[in-house]
Amino acid sequence: MNVLHFINAFFSDGAHWHGYDGIPQRLLEHVRYTLLALALATAIGLPVGLVTGHTGRGGNALAFVANAARALPSFGLLVLVVLLIGFGLLPVMIPLVVLAVPPILVTTYEAVRSVDPSPVDAARGMGMRESRILLRVELPVALPLILSGLRSAAIQIVSTATIAAYVSLGGLGRYIVDGLYQRDYEKVVGGATLVAVLALLTLAVFWAAGRLAVSPGVRGR
Amino acid sequence: MIRIDSVTKRYPDGTVAVDRLSLDVPDRSITVLVGPSGCGKTTTLRMINRMVEPTEGTILLDGEDIRRRPVTDLRRSMGYVIQNAGLFPHRTIVDNIATVPRMLGWGRQRARKRAAELMERVGLDTSLAERYPYQLSGGQQQRVGVARALAADPPVLLMDEPFSAVDPVVRKGLQDELLRIQEELGKTIVFVTHDIDEAVKLGTMVAVLREGGRLAQYASPAELLSAPADGFVEDFLGADRGIRRLSFLSSAALELTTDAVVPADASAERIAASGARYLLVTDPDGRPLGWAEPGELIAGDIRTDRLLPHGRPFVPGADSLRVALDCAVLSPTGWAVAVDAGGRVTGVVSQQAIGEAIRAAHARGRTDQAGVAP
Ligand SMILES: Nc1ncnc2c1ncn2[C@@H]1O[C@H](COP(=O)(O)OP(=O)(O)OP(=O)(O)O)[C@@H](O)[C@H]1O
Ligand SMILES: [Mg+2]
Repeated sequence: MNVLHFINAFFSDGAHWHGYDGIPQRLLEHVRYTLLALALATAIGLPVGLVTGHTGRGGNALAFVANAARALPSFGLLVLVVLLIGFGLLPVMIPLVVLAVPPILVTTYEAVRSVDPSPVDAARGMGMRESRILLRVELPVALPLILSGLRSAAIQIVSTATIAAYVSLGGLGRYIVDGLYQRDYEKVVGGATLVAVLALLTLAVFWAAGRLAVSPGVRGR
Repeated sequence: MIRIDSVTKRYPDGTVAVDRLSLDVPDRSITVLVGPSGCGKTTTLRMINRMVEPTEGTILLDGEDIRRRPVTDLRRSMGYVIQNAGLFPHRTIVDNIATVPRMLGWGRQRARKRAAELMERVGLDTSLAERYPYQLSGGQQQRVGVARALAADPPVLLMDEPFSAVDPVVRKGLQDELLRIQEELGKTIVFVTHDIDEAVKLGTMVAVLREGGRLAQYASPAELLSAPADGFVEDFLGADRGIRRLSFLSSAALELTTDAVVPADASAERIAASGARYLLVTDPDGRPLGWAEPGELIAGDIRTDRLLPHGRPFVPGADSLRVALDCAVLSPTGWAVAVDAGGRVTGVVSQQAIGEAIRAAHARGRTDQAGVAP
């Protein structure tokens, strides 16, 4: 009951909807961090996963790196990076990207490896170049799995991006960090609720992306 | 012509898949590679489009070493059909078929139009064009695979057990379709199978390979069946090789008799005069109605519903001795009924007469072979 009360109080307070600490502003900041981190992680994880998956080489090394990255605690990494290079956006991005690369990389690798070899063989046999085989055959067929890797990475970023507030950046983490500090639990619960809603929205976006981008021939089964 | 010139393939693990194989694949004909599992058929086929590189030896296409051309060009000039078709699951049927034309830079419209043409050519309803592969049966997928390989009109077609994953009825349909397409298009086809019946049915020439990738015999199907090179080939051909060989002998030379053929309104004298044990009764058009013993027939009032069935007739010349013999074996009287293309009886022939024709044909075959033997 308390929680619902807090939520109600938080969202019905008109002051929470305006200004630099208002919900729209914080939401926007949070989305911005998330998109930036996801873009960086995708830029690293997707090509490496595609190429290693296509050639089948480097799978072991990849699993090792991914596991090592998973073992790093994001918050600890944040503190370490801040100690090394100071405050700013970059020290926030590093732990988020480190968090998001492994699921993207490993799922992409596995997705490409698991593509039925006979269409690939047929493509090669008809004179398709390797790059085209990867982009026009393996990628579209592996896309549902690849998207699932991106989706879990995105969800993890959304929930972890709250740490940005610890290094005096914005985002929804602000409400949680400030709320805890000020013992304003209404704010804490409100911030957490917003993070949860954003995570759900992320799921919806990926569902829509899947509908648009995945061929019915692959989805249909 | 494709010339495989003492080619050896040794895989990195030491397996010798093909051992000093030499083979000339004639243009515009179907050359079948057949043999037990693991004898190197796939390896041989894949060396022709350089999916596998030979360890030793060379392969020439129209006199030119295939390694002289860029590998993608070479492959685009050869259609490639594999078991289970290997269709792209994310592309519609029409886009699957249009793949190579699109790769060659054709416009989208032109490629799709060509794909629709090919669907008809391989016996696929064009209403399937916008479906995805998973919505097709195995046999239909295989037809799409053949259409896709033919799309850019390559002179060469490589087929690796294309029909082995479908049931026998569908397989027969696909084989007939391939023969029909080949009749129209005249491609140079290399066809891999482990099914000797398929090899004999489709092949202009058949190469029998044995374990270790060595050539056991390279001959036409008729020659293979009549003169297997050794015990291995003979075993591989199976126990009914003698019967199957009859498929290659014409029934044109069979001596037919019309003494035992009577019209339904035959007179008593005509019935009595035949002297045969059984008479074949025909309708006024000369079509067969059935068999009866002369004693059962009442002149002028033959009861057609009391006749023995005449079974399937054969067409002399168009059907083989195998079909004629089959008709005689299945006939309740032991006599086969011969008809013309219009279904009118031209005569009947006994099992004995067919047997003699077979012996005569074999004797001719032996002297023919003796004539060409070195
Ligand atoms: N990539 C490879 N590495 C090592 N050995 C291989 C490889 N591919 C095939 N072989 C071996 O080479 C031999 C011939 O294989 P191939 O696939 O050509 O046979 P096949 O006649 O097509 O058999 P099947 O009828 O079973 O398809 C086999 O002993 C096989 O195990
Ligand atoms: Mg094989």
